[in-house]
Amino acid sequence: MRLARYLWTEYGTYTLGFASLFVIWQLTSIYLVGSVLFPPPTLVFRKGLVLARSGVLLEHLAASLQRILAGFVAGSLLGIPIGLAMGSFRPVRRLLEPYTEFLRFIPSVAMITVAVIWFGIGEASKIFLIIYTTIFIVILNTAAGVSAIAPNKIRAAESLGATPAQIFFHVALPATVPYILTGMRLAMANSFTTIVAAELIAANDGLGKMLWDGRLFMLVDDIFVSLVTLGLLGFVTDRLFRWAIYTFAGKYSPAT
Amino acid sequence: MPLVSFHDVQKTYRSLHGVDYPALEHFSLDIEVGEFFCLLGPSGCGKTTVLKMLAGFEAPTAGRILMDGRPVTGASRDRGVVFQGDDSLYGWLTAAENVEFGLRMRRIGKPERRERAMRYLDLVGLRGQAKKYPAELSGGMKQRIQIARVLANEPKMLLMDEPFAALDAQTRALMQVELASIWRATRTTVLFITHDIDEAVILGKRIGVMRAGPRSRVKGVVEVSLNGARSRTDDAFLAYYKQVYEMIRDEVATSLSRAD
Repeated sequence: MRLARYLWTEYGTYTLGFASLFVIWQLTSIYLVGSVLFPPPTLVFRKGLVLARSGVLLEHLAASLQRILAGFVAGSLLGIPIGLAMGSFRPVRRLLEPYTEFLRFIPSVAMITVAVIWFGIGEASKIFLIIYTTIFIVILNTAAGVSAIAPNKIRAAESLGATPAQIFFHVALPATVPYILTGMRLAMANSFTTIVAAELIAANDGLGKMLWDGRLFMLVDDIFVSLVTLGLLGFVTDRLFRWAIYTFAGKYSPAT
Repeated sequence: MPLVSFHDVQKTYRSLHGVDYPALEHFSLDIEVGEFFCLLGPSGCGKTTVLKMLAGFEAPTAGRILMDGRPVTGASRDRGVVFQGDDSLYGWLTAAENVEFGLRMRRIGKPERRERAMRYLDLVGLRGQAKKYPAELSGGMKQRIQIARVLANEPKMLLMDEPFAALDAQTRALMQVELASIWRATRTTVLFITHDIDEAVILGKRIGVMRAGPRSRVKGVVEVSLNGARSRTDDAFLAYYKQVYEMIRDEVATSLSRAD
Protein backbone atom coordinates (compact mmCIF):
# COMPACT_ATOMS: atom_id res chain seq x y z
CA MET A 1 0.00 0.00 0.00
CA ARG A 2 2.76 2.38 0.94
CA LEU A 3 4.73 1.29 -2.10
CA ALA A 4 1.69 1.93 -4.28
CA ARG A 5 1.32 5.42 -2.85
CA TYR A 6 5.03 6.08 -3.33
CA LEU A 7 4.88 4.94 -6.96
CA TRP A 8 1.80 7.07 -7.54
CA THR A 9 3.24 10.26 -6.08
CA GLU A 10 6.58 9.66 -7.78
CA TYR A 11 5.49 8.50 -11.23
CA GLY A 12 1.67 8.46 -11.29
CA THR A 13 0.89 12.07 -12.22
CA TYR A 14 3.83 12.04 -14.57
CA THR A 15 2.54 9.02 -16.46
CA LEU A 16 -0.91 10.59 -16.45
CA GLY A 17 0.52 13.74 -18.06
CA PHE A 18 2.16 11.67 -20.78
CA ALA A 19 -0.97 9.62 -21.38
CA SER A 20 -3.09 12.78 -21.71
CA LEU A 21 -0.72 14.04 -24.41
CA PHE A 22 -1.40 10.98 -26.55
CA VAL A 23 -5.14 10.94 -25.80
CA ILE A 24 -5.52 14.57 -26.87
CA TRP A 25 -3.41 13.91 -29.96
CA GLN A 26 -5.59 10.91 -30.84
CA LEU A 27 -8.86 12.82 -30.34
CA THR A 28 -7.69 15.91 -32.24
CA SER A 29 -6.43 13.83 -35.12
CA ILE A 30 -9.56 11.74 -35.53
CA TYR A 31 -12.42 14.10 -34.60
CA LEU A 32 -11.05 17.59 -35.19
CA VAL A 33 -8.69 17.31 -38.16
CA GLY A 34 -9.61 14.02 -39.78
CA SER A 35 -6.93 14.23 -42.45
CA VAL A 36 -4.18 11.84 -43.57
CA LEU A 37 -1.80 14.76 -43.11
CA PHE A 38 -2.18 14.47 -39.31
CA PRO A 39 -2.14 10.76 -38.41
CA PRO A 40 -3.29 9.66 -34.92
CA PRO A 41 -0.71 8.15 -32.51
CA THR A 42 -2.12 4.61 -32.96
CA LEU A 43 -1.30 4.76 -36.65
CA VAL A 44 2.12 6.28 -36.00
CA PHE A 45 3.00 3.56 -33.50
CA ARG A 46 1.89 0.83 -35.91
CA LYS A 47 4.05 2.36 -38.63
CA GLY A 48 6.87 2.75 -36.10
CA LEU A 49 6.68 -0.96 -35.28
CA VAL A 50 6.85 -1.87 -38.96
CA LEU A 51 9.89 0.37 -39.46
CA ALA A 52 11.50 -0.96 -36.30
CA ARG A 53 11.02 -4.63 -37.38
CA SER A 54 12.52 -3.94 -40.80
CA GLY A 55 15.53 -2.35 -39.08
CA VAL A 56 15.17 0.95 -40.95
CA LEU A 57 14.25 2.95 -37.87
CA LEU A 58 17.11 1.57 -35.82
CA GLU A 59 19.57 2.32 -38.59
CA HIS A 60 18.54 6.00 -38.75
CA LEU A 61 18.41 6.28 -35.00
CA ALA A 62 21.86 4.76 -34.54
CA ALA A 63 23.30 7.06 -37.19
CA SER A 64 21.97 10.21 -35.50
CA LEU A 65 22.84 9.05 -32.01
CA GLN A 66 26.42 8.16 -32.95
CA ARG A 67 27.00 11.61 -34.41
CA ILE A 68 25.52 13.33 -31.38
CA LEU A 69 27.59 11.30 -28.93
CA ALA A 70 30.88 11.70 -30.80
CA GLY A 71 30.43 15.46 -31.22
CA PHE A 72 29.06 15.99 -27.73
CA VAL A 73 31.90 14.14 -26.02
CA ALA A 74 34.58 15.84 -28.15
CA GLY A 75 32.98 19.26 -27.69
CA SER A 76 32.77 18.83 -23.91
CA LEU A 77 36.34 17.54 -23.63
CA LEU A 78 37.55 20.60 -25.54
CA GLY A 79 35.20 23.07 -23.88
CA ILE A 80 35.81 22.20 -20.21
CA PRO A 81 39.57 22.98 -20.10
CA ILE A 82 39.11 26.11 -22.23
CA GLY A 83 36.32 27.29 -19.91
CA LEU A 84 38.41 26.56 -16.82
CA ALA A 85 41.35 28.50 -18.23
CA MET A 86 39.13 31.43 -19.24
CA GLY A 87 37.51 31.56 -15.82
CA SER A 88 40.80 31.28 -13.93
CA PHE A 89 43.14 33.57 -15.86
CA ARG A 90 42.17 37.06 -16.96
CA PRO A 91 44.60 37.24 -19.92
CA VAL A 92 43.25 33.96 -21.30
CA ARG A 93 39.73 35.30 -20.95
CA ARG A 94 40.63 38.51 -22.78
CA LEU A 95 42.37 36.54 -25.48
CA LEU A 96 39.60 34.02 -26.13
CA GLU A 97 36.49 36.08 -25.44
CA PRO A 98 36.44 37.55 -28.98
CA TYR A 99 36.19 33.99 -30.32
CA THR A 100 33.42 32.84 -27.99
CA GLU A 101 31.50 36.13 -28.09
CA PHE A 102 31.63 36.28 -31.88
CA LEU A 103 31.12 32.64 -32.80
CA ARG A 104 28.34 31.84 -30.38
CA PHE A 105 26.05 34.23 -32.27
CA ILE A 106 26.53 32.33 -35.52
CA PRO A 107 24.02 29.50 -35.12
CA SER A 108 25.29 26.01 -35.88
CA VAL A 109 22.47 25.70 -38.43
CA ALA A 110 24.08 28.53 -40.39
CA MET A 111 27.40 26.69 -40.25
CA ILE A 112 25.92 23.67 -42.09
CA THR A 113 26.75 25.31 -45.41
CA VAL A 114 30.47 25.70 -44.77
CA ALA A 115 30.62 22.36 -42.92
CA VAL A 116 29.38 20.57 -46.03
CA ILE A 117 31.75 22.52 -48.29
CA TRP A 118 34.71 21.72 -46.03
CA PHE A 119 33.96 18.18 -44.90
CA GLY A 120 31.47 16.82 -47.44
CA ILE A 121 28.20 15.11 -46.51
CA GLY A 122 29.86 12.31 -44.51
CA GLU A 123 30.29 11.91 -40.77
CA ALA A 124 32.98 14.59 -40.44
CA SER A 125 30.66 17.51 -41.23
CA LYS A 126 28.02 16.33 -38.72
CA ILE A 127 30.52 15.77 -35.94
CA PHE A 128 32.06 19.17 -36.64
CA LEU A 129 28.63 20.78 -36.30
CA ILE A 130 27.83 19.02 -33.02
CA ILE A 131 31.21 20.01 -31.60
CA TYR A 132 30.49 23.56 -32.75
CA THR A 133 27.09 23.63 -31.09
CA THR A 134 28.39 22.01 -27.87
CA ILE A 135 31.64 23.78 -27.22
CA PHE A 136 30.49 27.37 -26.63
CA ILE A 137 27.77 26.51 -24.11
CA VAL A 138 30.19 24.31 -22.20
CA ILE A 139 32.90 26.99 -22.26
CA LEU A 140 30.56 29.77 -21.11
CA ASN A 141 29.03 27.72 -18.30
CA THR A 142 32.39 26.44 -17.08
CA ALA A 143 33.90 29.94 -17.08
CA ALA A 144 30.83 31.34 -15.30
CA GLY A 145 31.14 28.54 -12.74
CA VAL A 146 34.75 29.43 -12.01
CA SER A 147 33.93 33.10 -11.48
CA ALA A 148 30.97 32.17 -9.25
CA ILE A 149 33.18 30.43 -6.66
CA ALA A 150 32.77 32.16 -3.28
CA PRO A 151 36.04 34.04 -2.55
CA ASN A 152 35.96 32.66 1.01
CA LYS A 153 36.37 29.11 -0.37
CA ILE A 154 39.67 30.16 -1.94
CA ARG A 155 40.72 32.21 1.11
CA ALA A 156 39.99 29.34 3.48
CA ALA A 157 42.16 27.02 1.35
CA GLU A 158 44.97 29.60 1.33
CA SER A 159 44.96 29.92 5.10
CA LEU A 160 44.83 26.15 5.45
CA GLY A 161 48.12 26.02 3.56
CA ALA A 162 47.03 24.98 0.04
CA THR A 163 49.26 25.87 -2.90
CA PRO A 164 47.77 27.57 -6.01
CA ALA A 165 47.81 24.23 -7.87
CA GLN A 166 46.07 22.50 -4.96
CA ILE A 167 43.47 25.27 -4.85
CA PHE A 168 42.78 24.70 -8.54
CA PHE A 169 42.35 20.93 -8.29
CA HIS A 170 40.79 20.65 -4.84
CA VAL A 171 38.62 23.79 -4.72
CA ALA A 172 38.07 25.53 -8.08
CA LEU A 173 37.50 22.38 -10.14
CA PRO A 174 35.02 20.58 -7.84
CA ALA A 175 33.19 23.86 -7.13
CA THR A 176 32.68 24.27 -10.89
CA VAL A 177 31.39 20.75 -11.61
CA PRO A 178 27.66 21.65 -11.24
CA TYR A 179 28.06 24.45 -13.80
CA ILE A 180 29.95 22.15 -16.19
CA LEU A 181 27.19 19.55 -15.96
CA THR A 182 24.49 22.18 -16.56
CA GLY A 183 26.39 23.39 -19.63
CA MET A 184 26.67 19.83 -20.93
CA ARG A 185 22.96 19.25 -20.45
CA LEU A 186 22.08 22.37 -22.41
CA ALA A 187 24.60 21.39 -25.08
CA MET A 188 22.94 17.99 -25.38
CA ALA A 189 19.59 19.65 -26.14
CA ASN A 190 21.25 21.85 -28.76
CA SER A 191 22.88 18.82 -30.36
CA PHE A 192 19.48 17.38 -31.17
CA THR A 193 18.40 20.53 -32.98
CA THR A 194 21.62 20.72 -34.92
CA ILE A 195 21.82 17.08 -35.98
CA VAL A 196 18.30 17.11 -37.43
CA ALA A 197 18.96 20.32 -39.34
CA ALA A 198 22.24 18.97 -40.68
CA GLU A 199 20.72 15.65 -41.71
CA LEU A 200 17.80 17.42 -43.39
CA ILE A 201 20.20 19.19 -45.69
CA ALA A 202 23.01 16.73 -46.26
CA ALA A 203 23.08 13.13 -45.11
CA ASN A 204 22.62 9.56 -46.32
CA ASP A 205 20.95 8.38 -43.12
CA GLY A 206 19.74 9.60 -39.73
CA LEU A 207 16.42 10.79 -38.33
CA GLY A 208 16.69 14.09 -40.20
CA LYS A 209 17.16 12.24 -43.47
CA MET A 210 14.10 10.17 -42.62
CA LEU A 211 12.08 13.38 -42.17
CA TRP A 212 13.28 14.72 -45.50
CA ASP A 213 12.49 11.52 -47.36
CA GLY A 214 9.06 11.53 -45.78
CA ARG A 215 8.39 14.97 -47.19
CA LEU A 216 9.84 14.03 -50.58
CA PHE A 217 7.70 10.90 -50.99
CA MET A 218 4.67 12.14 -49.02
CA LEU A 219 5.11 9.46 -46.32
CA VAL A 220 3.37 11.41 -43.57
CA ASP A 221 3.41 8.46 -41.18
CA ASP A 222 7.19 8.15 -41.55
CA ILE A 223 7.59 11.85 -40.72
CA PHE A 224 5.62 11.39 -37.53
CA VAL A 225 7.56 8.25 -36.58
CA SER A 226 10.76 10.27 -36.90
CA LEU A 227 9.32 13.18 -34.87
CA VAL A 228 8.13 10.93 -32.05
CA THR A 229 11.47 9.09 -32.03
CA LEU A 230 13.30 12.42 -31.71
CA GLY A 231 11.08 13.47 -28.84
CA LEU A 232 11.52 10.17 -27.01
CA LEU A 233 15.25 10.04 -27.68
CA GLY A 234 15.74 13.56 -26.36
CA PHE A 235 13.60 12.85 -23.33
CA VAL A 236 15.38 9.60 -22.48
CA THR A 237 18.88 11.08 -22.94
CA ASP A 238 18.05 14.05 -20.75
CA ARG A 239 16.64 11.76 -18.05
CA LEU A 240 19.72 9.54 -18.24
CA PHE A 241 21.93 12.61 -17.92
CA ARG A 242 19.99 13.85 -14.90
CA TRP A 243 20.11 10.40 -13.37
CA ALA A 244 23.87 10.20 -13.92
CA ILE A 245 24.36 13.63 -12.32
CA TYR A 246 22.23 12.63 -9.37
CA THR A 247 23.93 9.26 -8.89
CA PHE A 248 27.55 10.07 -9.56
CA ALA A 249 27.75 13.78 -8.82
CA GLY A 250 24.90 14.35 -6.36
CA LYS A 251 27.29 15.80 -3.82
CA TYR A 252 28.30 18.44 -6.37
CA SER A 253 24.79 19.85 -6.38
CA PRO A 254 24.90 23.66 -6.29
CA ALA A 255 23.02 23.74 -2.94
CA THR A 256 26.00 25.07 -1.00
CA MET B 1 57.54 39.99 22.40
CA PRO B 2 53.87 39.97 21.33
CA LEU B 3 52.80 37.28 18.86
CA VAL B 4 51.20 39.85 16.57
CA SER B 5 51.72 43.56 16.33
CA PHE B 6 50.15 46.23 14.13
CA HIS B 7 52.44 49.27 13.81
CA ASP B 8 50.76 52.47 12.71
CA VAL B 9 48.77 50.65 10.02
CA GLN B 10 46.79 52.55 7.44
CA LYS B 11 44.27 51.14 4.99
CA THR B 12 42.64 53.20 2.28
CA TYR B 13 40.05 51.83 -0.13
CA ARG B 14 39.49 53.39 -3.51
CA SER B 15 35.93 53.33 -4.79
CA LEU B 16 34.94 52.72 -8.41
CA HIS B 17 34.55 56.49 -8.81
CA GLY B 18 38.14 57.01 -7.71
CA VAL B 19 37.23 58.42 -4.29
CA ASP B 20 39.55 57.38 -1.45
CA TYR B 21 38.07 56.09 1.77
CA PRO B 22 40.55 55.97 4.68
CA ALA B 23 39.16 53.02 6.66
CA LEU B 24 42.03 52.76 9.17
CA GLU B 25 44.66 55.28 10.20
CA HIS B 26 47.36 55.05 12.89
CA PHE B 27 46.02 51.66 13.87
CA SER B 28 48.32 49.98 16.40
CA LEU B 29 47.68 46.85 18.43
CA ASP B 30 49.61 44.03 20.11
CA ILE B 31 48.25 40.53 20.68
CA GLU B 32 50.05 38.29 23.17
CA VAL B 33 50.71 34.58 22.82
CA GLY B 34 47.82 32.47 24.12
CA GLU B 35 45.37 35.28 24.72
CA PHE B 36 41.78 35.59 23.58
CA PHE B 37 41.56 39.07 22.11
CA CYS B 38 38.18 40.51 21.15
CA LEU B 39 38.12 43.42 18.74
CA LEU B 40 34.86 45.26 19.26
CA GLY B 41 33.44 48.12 17.28
CA PRO B 42 30.38 49.63 15.62
CA SER B 43 29.47 48.39 12.15
CA GLY B 44 31.59 49.84 9.37
CA CYS B 45 34.51 50.69 11.65
CA GLY B 46 36.98 48.45 9.86
CA LYS B 47 37.14 45.45 12.23
CA THR B 48 36.94 42.99 9.37
CA THR B 49 39.60 44.95 7.47
CA VAL B 50 41.96 44.40 10.42
CA LEU B 51 41.30 40.66 10.27
CA LYS B 52 41.68 40.47 6.49
CA MET B 53 45.06 42.19 6.67
CA LEU B 54 46.32 39.92 9.43
CA ALA B 55 45.04 36.89 7.53
CA GLY B 56 47.02 38.11 4.53
CA PHE B 57 44.01 38.50 2.21
CA GLU B 58 44.63 42.24 1.88
CA ALA B 59 47.77 44.33 2.21
CA PRO B 60 47.91 47.50 4.33
CA THR B 61 48.30 50.81 2.49
CA ALA B 62 50.99 51.87 4.97
CA GLY B 63 52.44 50.63 8.26
CA ARG B 64 53.62 47.17 9.31
CA ILE B 65 51.93 44.01 10.52
CA LEU B 66 54.31 41.57 12.22
CA MET B 67 53.82 38.04 13.42
CA ASP B 68 56.70 36.52 15.42
CA GLY B 69 58.65 39.60 14.35
CA ARG B 70 58.25 38.84 10.64
CA PRO B 71 56.02 40.88 8.31
CA VAL B 72 52.78 39.29 7.11
CA THR B 73 52.99 38.94 3.33
CA GLY B 74 50.09 36.65 2.46
CA ALA B 75 47.85 33.90 3.75
CA SER B 76 49.59 31.21 5.75
CA ARG B 77 48.61 28.16 7.71
CA ASP B 78 49.99 29.90 10.82
CA ARG B 79 46.78 31.93 10.88
CA GLY B 80 43.60 29.86 10.55
CA VAL B 81 40.46 31.80 9.65
CA VAL B 82 36.87 31.12 10.73
CA PHE B 83 34.53 33.06 8.45
CA GLN B 84 31.19 34.61 9.31
CA GLY B 85 29.06 32.72 6.77
CA ASP B 86 29.14 29.09 5.68
CA ASP B 87 30.31 29.79 2.11
CA SER B 88 33.89 28.82 2.97
CA LEU B 89 32.94 25.18 3.58
CA TYR B 90 33.37 22.71 0.72
CA GLY B 91 29.91 21.43 -0.16
CA TRP B 92 31.25 18.38 -2.03
CA LEU B 93 33.21 17.12 0.97
CA THR B 94 31.78 15.49 4.10
CA ALA B 95 32.20 17.11 7.52
CA ALA B 96 35.24 14.91 8.25
CA GLU B 97 36.77 15.60 4.82
CA ASN B 98 36.31 19.34 5.36
CA VAL B 99 38.08 19.10 8.72
CA GLU B 100 41.03 17.17 7.28
CA PHE B 101 41.38 19.45 4.22
CA GLY B 102 44.48 21.24 5.51
CA LEU B 103 46.13 17.95 6.52
CA ARG B 104 45.40 16.48 3.08
CA MET B 105 47.04 19.50 1.44
CA ARG B 106 50.14 18.76 3.51
CA ARG B 107 50.01 15.12 2.29
CA ILE B 108 49.55 13.65 5.75
CA GLY B 109 48.55 9.98 5.43
CA LYS B 110 44.89 9.07 5.45
CA PRO B 111 44.79 7.08 8.73
CA GLU B 112 46.51 9.87 10.65
CA ARG B 113 44.46 12.70 9.23
CA ARG B 114 41.21 10.79 9.72
CA GLU B 115 42.18 10.14 13.32
CA ARG B 116 42.97 13.82 13.86
CA ALA B 117 39.78 14.96 12.12
CA MET B 118 37.73 12.72 14.39
CA ARG B 119 39.51 14.09 17.46
CA TYR B 120 38.62 17.67 16.54
CA LEU B 121 35.08 16.75 15.47
CA ASP B 122 34.79 15.24 18.93
CA LEU B 123 36.05 18.46 20.48
CA VAL B 124 33.29 20.48 18.78
CA GLY B 125 30.69 17.80 19.58
CA LEU B 126 30.13 16.56 16.02
CA ARG B 127 31.60 13.04 16.01
CA GLY B 128 28.24 11.62 14.94
CA GLN B 129 27.98 13.93 11.90
CA ALA B 130 31.34 13.02 10.32
CA LYS B 131 29.85 11.51 7.16
CA LYS B 132 27.29 14.25 6.51
CA TYR B 133 27.67 16.97 3.89
CA PRO B 134 27.50 20.65 4.93
CA ALA B 135 24.10 21.06 3.25
CA GLU B 136 22.71 18.46 5.68
CA LEU B 137 23.91 20.36 8.77
CA SER B 138 22.42 23.30 10.69
CA GLY B 139 24.02 26.74 10.82
CA GLY B 140 25.54 26.10 14.26
CA MET B 141 26.97 22.75 13.16
CA LYS B 142 28.52 24.32 10.08
CA GLN B 143 30.31 26.92 12.20
CA ARG B 144 31.62 24.09 14.42
CA ILE B 145 32.94 22.33 11.30
CA GLN B 146 34.78 25.53 10.40
CA ILE B 147 36.27 25.73 13.90
CA ALA B 148 37.30 22.05 13.84
CA ARG B 149 38.78 22.47 10.34
CA VAL B 150 40.98 25.32 11.53
CA LEU B 151 41.98 23.66 14.82
CA ALA B 152 42.88 20.36 13.11
CA ASN B 153 45.41 22.28 11.05
CA GLU B 154 47.09 23.43 14.30
CA PRO B 155 47.73 27.08 13.43
CA LYS B 156 49.66 29.47 15.66
CA MET B 157 46.56 31.58 15.98
CA LEU B 158 42.86 31.67 15.15
CA LEU B 159 41.21 34.58 13.38
CA MET B 160 37.45 34.63 13.84
CA ASP B 161 35.30 37.13 11.93
CA GLU B 162 31.95 37.39 13.74
CA PRO B 163 31.61 33.62 13.45
CA PHE B 164 28.33 33.44 15.38
CA ALA B 165 26.64 36.55 13.96
CA ALA B 166 24.40 34.57 11.59
CA LEU B 167 23.19 32.14 14.28
CA ASP B 168 20.02 32.38 16.34
CA ALA B 169 20.37 33.72 19.90
CA GLN B 170 20.19 30.33 21.69
CA THR B 171 22.67 28.63 19.38
CA ARG B 172 24.99 31.64 19.62
CA ALA B 173 25.00 31.54 23.44
CA LEU B 174 25.75 27.81 23.35
CA MET B 175 28.55 28.25 20.81
CA GLN B 176 30.13 30.98 22.97
CA VAL B 177 30.26 28.65 25.95
CA GLU B 178 31.77 25.88 23.82
CA LEU B 179 34.34 28.16 22.22
CA ALA B 180 35.38 29.42 25.66
CA SER B 181 35.93 25.87 26.88
CA ILE B 182 37.78 24.90 23.67
CA TRP B 183 40.04 27.91 24.18
CA ARG B 184 40.71 26.94 27.81
CA ALA B 185 41.59 23.43 26.61
CA THR B 186 43.87 24.43 23.70
CA ARG B 187 45.14 27.90 24.73
CA THR B 188 45.47 28.90 21.08
CA THR B 189 45.84 32.63 20.48
CA VAL B 190 42.56 34.05 19.17
CA LEU B 191 41.61 37.29 17.48
CA PHE B 192 37.84 37.45 17.66
CA ILE B 193 35.94 40.16 15.77
CA THR B 194 32.49 41.14 17.04
CA HIS B 195 30.05 44.04 17.34
CA ASP B 196 28.34 42.44 20.33
CA ILE B 197 29.47 43.76 23.76
CA ASP B 198 27.96 40.78 25.56
CA GLU B 199 29.87 38.34 23.36
CA ALA B 200 33.12 40.24 23.85
CA VAL B 201 32.80 40.23 27.66
CA ILE B 202 31.85 36.54 27.75
CA LEU B 203 34.83 35.50 25.62
CA GLY B 204 37.61 38.08 25.73
CA LYS B 205 40.66 38.11 27.94
CA ARG B 206 41.24 41.56 26.56
CA ILE B 207 38.75 43.67 24.61
CA GLY B 208 39.92 46.28 22.12
CA VAL B 209 37.27 48.91 21.43
CA MET B 210 37.51 50.62 18.05
CA ARG B 211 36.53 54.13 17.05
CA ALA B 212 33.83 54.70 14.43
CA GLY B 213 35.20 54.95 10.88
CA PRO B 214 36.58 56.54 8.81
CA ARG B 215 40.17 56.80 10.11
CA SER B 216 39.40 54.22 12.73
CA ARG B 217 41.83 52.89 15.30
CA VAL B 218 41.78 51.34 18.76
CA LYS B 219 40.15 53.68 21.27
CA GLY B 220 41.12 51.65 24.31
CA VAL B 221 41.73 48.15 25.62
CA VAL B 222 39.85 46.61 28.55
CA GLU B 223 41.48 43.75 30.46
CA VAL B 224 38.88 41.25 31.68
CA SER B 225 40.11 39.46 34.79
CA LEU B 226 37.41 36.83 35.14
CA ASN B 227 38.61 33.25 35.39
CA GLY B 228 36.88 30.06 34.26
CA ALA B 229 33.36 29.99 32.87
CA ARG B 230 31.69 33.40 32.97
CA SER B 231 28.13 34.15 33.93
CA ARG B 232 26.05 37.01 32.60
CA THR B 233 24.50 37.56 36.05
CA ASP B 234 27.80 38.12 37.93
CA ASP B 235 28.34 41.63 39.24
CA ALA B 236 31.87 41.57 37.82
CA PHE B 237 30.50 40.66 34.38
CA LEU B 238 28.01 43.52 34.56
CA ALA B 239 30.72 45.95 35.64
CA TYR B 240 32.85 45.03 32.61
CA TYR B 241 29.80 45.22 30.38
CA LYS B 242 29.09 48.73 31.66
CA GLN B 243 32.69 49.82 31.23
CA VAL B 244 32.84 48.64 27.60
CA TYR B 245 29.39 50.00 26.90
CA GLU B 246 30.42 53.49 28.08
CA MET B 247 33.42 53.31 25.76
CA ILE B 248 31.54 52.27 22.67
CA ARG B 249 28.31 54.26 23.11
CA ASP B 250 29.64 57.48 21.57
CA GLU B 251 31.25 55.55 18.72
CA VAL B 252 27.99 53.86 17.80
CA ALA B 253 26.23 57.23 17.85
CA THR B 254 28.93 58.69 15.60
CA SER B 255 28.75 55.79 13.17
CA LEU B 256 24.96 56.10 13.00
CA SER B 257 25.03 59.86 12.36
CA ARG B 258 27.60 59.34 9.59
CA ALA B 259 25.51 56.66 7.97
CA ASP B 260 22.61 59.14 7.48
